[in-house]
Amino acid sequence: MGWQPVLRKTEMSLLEIKNLHAKVAGAGGREILKGVDLVINPGEVHAIMGKNGSGKSTLAQVLAGRETYEVTGGSVLYKGKNLLELSAEERAREGIFLAFQYPVEIPGVRTDYFLKAAVNAVRKHRGQPEIDSMAFINMVKEKMALLKMDKSFMARAINEGFSGGEKKRNEIFQMAVMDPTLALMDETDSGLDIDALKTVSHGANSLRSPERGILVVTHYQRMLNYITPDYVHVMIDGRIVKTGDKNLALELEEKGYDWLENDDRDAA
Amino acid sequence: MTQVADSTIHLSNYSLLEESAANGHAWLRELRRAAMERFKEVGFPNSKTNEEWRHTNVAPIAKIPFKLGQQRADSTTRAIQSNFTFGEHHTAAELVFVNGQFVQELSQLEKLPRGVTIQNLDQALSQDGEGIKAKLGRYADVEKNPFVALNTGFIRDGAYIQIARSVTVDQPIHLLFISQPGHEPTVSHPRVLFIAEDNVEATIVESYVGAEGSQYFTNAVTEIVCGNDCRIDHAKLQQESLDAYHIATMQVDLGAKTTFVSHAATIGAKLSRNDLNCTMAGEHAYATLNGVVLIGGTQHCDNHTLLDHAVPNCPSHELYKHVLAGRATGVFRGKILVRKDAQKTDSKQNSKTLLLSDDANMNSQPALEIYADDVKCTHGSTIGPLDEEMIFYFRSRGISYQAARHLLTYAFAADVTRRIKVEPVRRRLEDYMARQHGLPQDLRITDLGAHDEAVL
Repeated sequence: MGWQPVLRKTEMSLLEIKNLHAKVAGAGGREILKGVDLVINPGEVHAIMGKNGSGKSTLAQVLAGRETYEVTGGSVLYKGKNLLELSAEERAREGIFLAFQYPVEIPGVRTDYFLKAAVNAVRKHRGQPEIDSMAFINMVKEKMALLKMDKSFMARAINEGFSGGEKKRNEIFQMAVMDPTLALMDETDSGLDIDALKTVSHGANSLRSPERGILVVTHYQRMLNYITPDYVHVMIDGRIVKTGDKNLALELEEKGYDWLENDDRDAA
Repeated sequence: MTQVADSTIHLSNYSLLEESAANGHAWLRELRRAAMERFKEVGFPNSKTNEEWRHTNVAPIAKIPFKLGQQRADSTTRAIQSNFTFGEHHTAAELVFVNGQFVQELSQLEKLPRGVTIQNLDQALSQDGEGIKAKLGRYADVEKNPFVALNTGFIRDGAYIQIARSVTVDQPIHLLFISQPGHEPTVSHPRVLFIAEDNVEATIVESYVGAEGSQYFTNAVTEIVCGNDCRIDHAKLQQESLDAYHIATMQVDLGAKTTFVSHAATIGAKLSRNDLNCTMAGEHAYATLNGVVLIGGTQHCDNHTLLDHAVPNCPSHELYKHVLAGRATGVFRGKILVRKDAQKTDSKQNSKTLLLSDDANMNSQPALEIYADDVKCTHGSTIGPLDEEMIFYFRSRGISYQAARHLLTYAFAADVTRRIKVEPVRRRLEDYMARQHGLPQDLRITDLGAHDEAVL
């Protein structure tokens, strides 16, 4: 099989997924995750690649606590604690951030009001006082500059009337403001032109740090040119079937996914 | 027509009133008599046989022996008044009525601009009955609505406002109707006549409130008659007792190039029904009818609106938003009538309803009746719960499920409330919503809603 990743041993993994199974919630819901194993350590950037319907976005949503999916088996430890028993808002307060593939438009609620409420929810959880208005404004200004966003963004209703690129930029901007411990980026590259892709990737790269883990879910290799992953995983039919380094992404770009699907079938 | 129940109490109330009536213009007596005849003939509308009343059963109103309320001004009245007054610095005039009758000592009429006549109707009738005669009862139709007939039969007091040509009244004129029954349930029939000559700019606000926990029936009729080139802003706040019944008709007539904006807010009453009929009688008249209904428990609110395009080249806009919690029921029937001559009509109507519980129920019904061929009329209606995608988006950022619901509910209603120009009304609604939805009391629409100006 050639290159094998050396899984670094640290005292505690940031995220440890074991044999995770999940289905669409409700009676008769289709099983999507069929035994996912994945370990992310602090400081690492992981990419999960796969075709549409492989389950890669579902994995990101399940980790963020979306209740439209139901976990039917396996375990997820986040900073050593059982992630699956936390609500979505508790996960966010504990430092998990999901950058949405399709951010919803929320008319009538200003971005700045929303973001301040979010920052304060996290601070309250940590036993910190509400953020001072000036401190908030200064922090937000800095992150907006990072994402090359116009200041008018903050006064607009959340995502309302935003172009696809603006919505994605807004996601990464929020990610920068929220300063998560584990960032999940769900197909952030889809629908972005090359300039927006560069800006968004630059924003994401600036968040790389020894404490933070980043999981990039993507169909294409192109964003990985800008956000260089430590590990690349290929997901097929709800399982990770291959893991490599950034070169695996290039190989996938060249050869597609079919050769792995065949491998997978042979193995089964 | 079958009567829902007997209207005996109202007939005997009428006899008592006629015996005591001081303002004895023959035309007024005749107006009342004819209206009462009409009411006697048709009685209370039956929801089974009367299409206009299909979704609102007024049988409970017919069953209760409401007596005519007495004027009063005690400590309870003052407490209510001080809660709802705009304060003397924020009104051009404030008229306070208790149980349908004007109370001079609680009212402010001292700083009227020139060219503005504001009186209680009783006094106006005794001084200048002839000027009023040409308008009173000429717009609100006793034939179409039994409650208009009932109100007209009881015309006694209310507000009379007349504004002369080219006068601008900067501050709002506030009419505060307080109901405060004694030991027995009472009824009042407030009547408002607003006349603006040409090129008038004014704001008029009607507040209907009552002693909490008391049972009464408000049956109001407002006639608004505007000349040409006017800019009239109207707001109505209905925050009656939760045991009260509120039925109201507003009849609006607009001259050429007159802009009329109405915001109707419903918070109170066990059962309420508003009929808002607006006739664009002069070309380029422009009507905006917006409404917001925030009810819960077992409250019922029915809004019927009519945008009557009688002449060409008139735009009209309508946005009604209902927020229904508990087992509340809402009804919206928005009719756009485009008469044969009303070419180039441009009318947009939208009704949006948020259901906060599975037991709340909404009936929304647009009705377009178009007899001209070169017109643009659109309508939309949505009814549904809060969007789960939106809630999840908030939660994924650390905001709790409850807080997300509250914020989204507030934002939904704020889409209408933020358009209300009269600050005391807007603030009252904001405070009410913030309280209802566990949000900070100092939360303002400007903090939350989308605006053009950045804070940075």
